[in-house]
Amino acid sequence: MKQILEILEHNARTTAEQIATMVGLSISEVEKIIKQAEKDKTIVKYKTIIDWSKLGEEEVWALIEVRLTPQQNVGFDAIAEHICQFPQVYSAYLVSGTYDLAVLVKGKTMQEIASFVTQKLAPLEKVQSTVTHFLLKRYKENGEIFQLPEEYKRLPITP
Amino acid sequence: MTEIQHTISQIKRNFISQKVDNMPPSGIRKFFDLASSMKEVISLGIGEPDFVTPWHIREAATYSLQKGQTMYTSNSGLIELRQELARYLELHYGVSYDPECEILITVGTSEALDLIARAILNPGEEIIIPDPYYIAYPADIVLAGGVPVPIPTTKENNFSLRAVDIEPKINERTKAILIGYPANPTGAVISRNELNNIAHLAHKYNLLVISDEIYARLVYDGEHICFPSIFGMKEQSILIGGFSKSHAMTGWRIGYVAANQELIQPITKIHQYTMLCASTMAQMAAIEALKHGEDDVEKMVREYDRRRRVIVKRLNEIGLSCFESKGAFYAFPSIKVTGMTSEEFAEKLLNEEKVAVIPGLAFGQSGEGFVRCCYATSLSNIEEALKRMGRFVSKYKKS
Repeated sequence: MKQILEILEHNARTTAEQIATMVGLSISEVEKIIKQAEKDKTIVKYKTIIDWSKLGEEEVWALIEVRLTPQQNVGFDAIAEHICQFPQVYSAYLVSGTYDLAVLVKGKTMQEIASFVTQKLAPLEKVQSTVTHFLLKRYKENGEIFQLPEEYKRLPITP
Repeated sequence: MTEIQHTISQIKRNFISQKVDNMPPSGIRKFFDLASSMKEVISLGIGEPDFVTPWHIREAATYSLQKGQTMYTSNSGLIELRQELARYLELHYGVSYDPECEILITVGTSEALDLIARAILNPGEEIIIPDPYYIAYPADIVLAGGVPVPIPTTKENNFSLRAVDIEPKINERTKAILIGYPANPTGAVISRNELNNIAHLAHKYNLLVISDEIYARLVYDGEHICFPSIFGMKEQSILIGGFSKSHAMTGWRIGYVAANQELIQPITKIHQYTMLCASTMAQMAAIEALKHGEDDVEKMVREYDRRRRVIVKRLNEIGLSCFESKGAFYAFPSIKVTGMTSEEFAEKLLNEEKVAVIPGLAFGQSGEGFVRCCYATSLSNIEEALKRMGRFVSKYKKS
């Protein structure tokens, strides 16, 4: 099970047949395990990592520190879930430290993000304050390092 | 000029020693030159991991440089490294060596092999080796003045050396048996039973056993048995190991020899005059590898295992019959269906399909009829290479 998930996490397009060979199970056994993992949401979703900048698409990201006022009974959950509903919000995490919610926001322009923060996020009743950090350069994301230095090549033949 | 001086001045001198002059060039060299000159070659001919040394190991080495640890170490190597190694060998293989006087850190296992051959051989003495063999085995033995005695191993016996085949070759000049399992080029492993038989021979004829266990960590479907762990064999064997394959550290050139003090001392004597010590930076990296590298090893082994299953299955599917190699990162399929020699096969395959494999003959007579395919490369490379090889085999298949 763990082996199969590890393979899929690395490459979601690996076929059941390929996985079966790799782990030494039958195709139907592999399919059954994957189905089960999909069903119980161990596999949450299959996605593709795309470098949109290759298409010349403008993309602006910002990390927003949000300070919240906790609510009776539900703590930060209700307001956090509310914030997650905005399509601009890419990721959101409750964090320890000087602020409460770390929100990663994606937009087409800085202006778009600025208006999201000033018009949508900041005015929310339980939001005390926000600090917006625009991302300047991506070095690593989802475990993948971007713009690696030139790869060192192995010799074509070695003993 | 006197008459004698005149005579001497007329001598035509060959500046190269006969021993080296007579040594055939490595069968790999030709393919290296050929493959280097071509573009878009998928190489299954690279005998090293495709992983980069794990970051924490590289970092330990650079940190040691920043701190200025740039001096010689003791000839035997840093005591901390020998201590970690002793712990590691005990933990993984149940063999105990005294870090103070039974371990020598070397510049890779290549140096270790050379040192051992020179330390034990008198001119004309013989060392038994399995055939196919790692290309350096006979060369090191010859350079040390000895005679390699290859024992053919076969696909039918999963390329494992058998004591029954060794015994008839033992004579008064035999000094040692050199085994290397898991094996390069075949990927073969050897059973405990056969190791016991070899130990029995070593005992019966008072022979040394040199066990090259550089691929010890790359064993799939079973566990590796360290030769010196066999009862009574620690006193009569020399263990060789290293970090190149297990921790993806080929370029660091760091390995070790472990044996009884009586054996380690003469080996260290040569090392002290010829190498002085292994590079300090690499030794620092090796300490880190031993202390915190276990997760990396396991992760890499899992990945190799997946590739192994794919390559063995696909080779058999395209008609190149391949035994299930259970160690290292090599598959060793038979190419007999094509009727070609291994050199012809490798050369044609490279020219026509741009896939590099190593002809089995490069590893000894018993390697003829086979090619070595290294699966330490990405799955997509393996699949593409096998697709091309499939096309090639159907084109040239006899009958």
